[in-house]
Amino acid sequence: MKLECRNLSKIFREGQRETQALTDISFSTSEGEFLCILGPSGCGKSTLLKIIAGLSDPTSGEVIYSGNGKTGPRNSMVFQEHSVFPWMNVIENVAFGLEMRGISKKERYASSLEFLKRVGLDQYAYRNPHELSVGMRQRIAIARAFVNNPEILLMDEPFGALDAQMRFILQTELLRIWKDTKKTVIFVTHDIDEAILLGDRVIVMTSVPGRIKADMQVGIDRPRSIQAESTQEFLDLRMTIWNLIRKEVESSITGDNESS
Amino acid sequence: MKAPDAQWVYKWLLPCTILVGILIVWEVAGRIGLLNPLFFPVPSLIFKEFYLMVRDGEIQANLSITLLRIFAGFLIGAISGLVIGLWMGTSEKVRILLDPVISATYPIPKLAIFPLLMVIFGIGELSKIMAIAIGCFFIVVLNTMMGVRNINKVYFEVAKNYGASRSKVFSRVVIPASLPMIFNGIRIALGMSLIIVVGVEFLSANHGIGAMIWYSWQTFDIEKLYVGIFICAILGIIFTVILKLLEKRIIPWMGHMAHGNER
Repeated sequence: MKLECRNLSKIFREGQRETQALTDISFSTSEGEFLCILGPSGCGKSTLLKIIAGLSDPTSGEVIYSGNGKTGPRNSMVFQEHSVFPWMNVIENVAFGLEMRGISKKERYASSLEFLKRVGLDQYAYRNPHELSVGMRQRIAIARAFVNNPEILLMDEPFGALDAQMRFILQTELLRIWKDTKKTVIFVTHDIDEAILLGDRVIVMTSVPGRIKADMQVGIDRPRSIQAESTQEFLDLRMTIWNLIRKEVESSITGDNESS
Repeated sequence: MKAPDAQWVYKWLLPCTILVGILIVWEVAGRIGLLNPLFFPVPSLIFKEFYLMVRDGEIQANLSITLLRIFAGFLIGAISGLVIGLWMGTSEKVRILLDPVISATYPIPKLAIFPLLMVIFGIGELSKIMAIAIGCFFIVVLNTMMGVRNINKVYFEVAKNYGASRSKVFSRVVIPASLPMIFNGIRIALGMSLIIVVGVEFLSANHGIGAMIWYSWQTFDIEKLYVGIFICAILGIIFTVILKLLEKRIIPWMGHMAHGNER
């Protein structure tokens, strides 16, 4: 399945005030690609992902899904945090998408349990999320999305609330699952290292109003692990991206929106 | 021997000791003439009176009629409050329509409309039950509506993204996510129904705990008056304990939910 965004713009209106969040975003993904969208905080990258997910309408432009998708839903999203339902146990949460699509309890529990095994949470299947750590809860959110078997996975800074070690463990885990399933992933982050470590391709966004500043391929060999972060290729790319993004971060700190 | 659990000491032993201590000081002070027995009869006399009233069935008769009024009124008020609160919480149209009416009538003290209720429903049981029902209704309706409106937006986004139908959003997100606030409303409403039942029984009842307290004041039966107050206190405690237990069973994740609409 292919996704194409054509000239997406988003303006938020609040009373008389208008805020331009996104300006003229166009890009497309290729089959099985891991695409990272990188930008400073508040650059509208989460808004972009919500438009792609259909949770928000663009002010202008369109999102086109094309291809021979027929098995599952078009997209499933992994949200930032607190998105796991505290009133459902772990397996009910993971099976939520399947339940909504009317799949029988036996069937949806079987596939959820299988996936929970893959993320090492099968022994917690009938526990309540609040008994688990933040990292485990994000694993539940990831499992919920993958089990739903979408054509495209959308991830909105899913590891933002985790400490560095846990983040790295979950990144590696995500890469392993992605390799097995070969899904197209769009991953939003403000972390340069995360974008390079995970992505086949990185789109760098400007600060508000968000535009595409650069679109680059990541040539680092897979499978990647923490060693990848010390290769020359990684370091060069990180410096290139940092130079691109530094001005954007500075302008988002000073609130000067025109400097980009 | 195992040392007593520190939590157990603070939670049970200490409060009980203080309570018993107060009773002993009260008893002693009364016996040596420091307290006027006309206003402050000693605890042993009150307990004796309590025993006599239980033996004669006086307490059982009054308590059962009071409990009946509370539960009838509470059920009518809480159920209608729950339904309308959920409706107002989920539908902006209904909220815009009903919010002004509820905001305008909510501050009226429920006892102030009791005479009107007697005019409408007569001086029998119905007016008393309706007074309690109205008191409970307002508390439950407002808490339920706030509960629904305070649900974190991300839960709705998850439901929408994963293809939940309207009815599934309601049953799998709206109801469970607003349960903590609904329970909060129910707890306050039960306390409120205790206040109202005593109030209306003061005013117009021949039986019930409130009527019992009122008669003991008129006949200056001071021990009986204390027994009545004591029963009200016990009722309040029992309601709280039962609700706490229910809460632990039904919403074990209470306090572990993302709040507000910050995103």
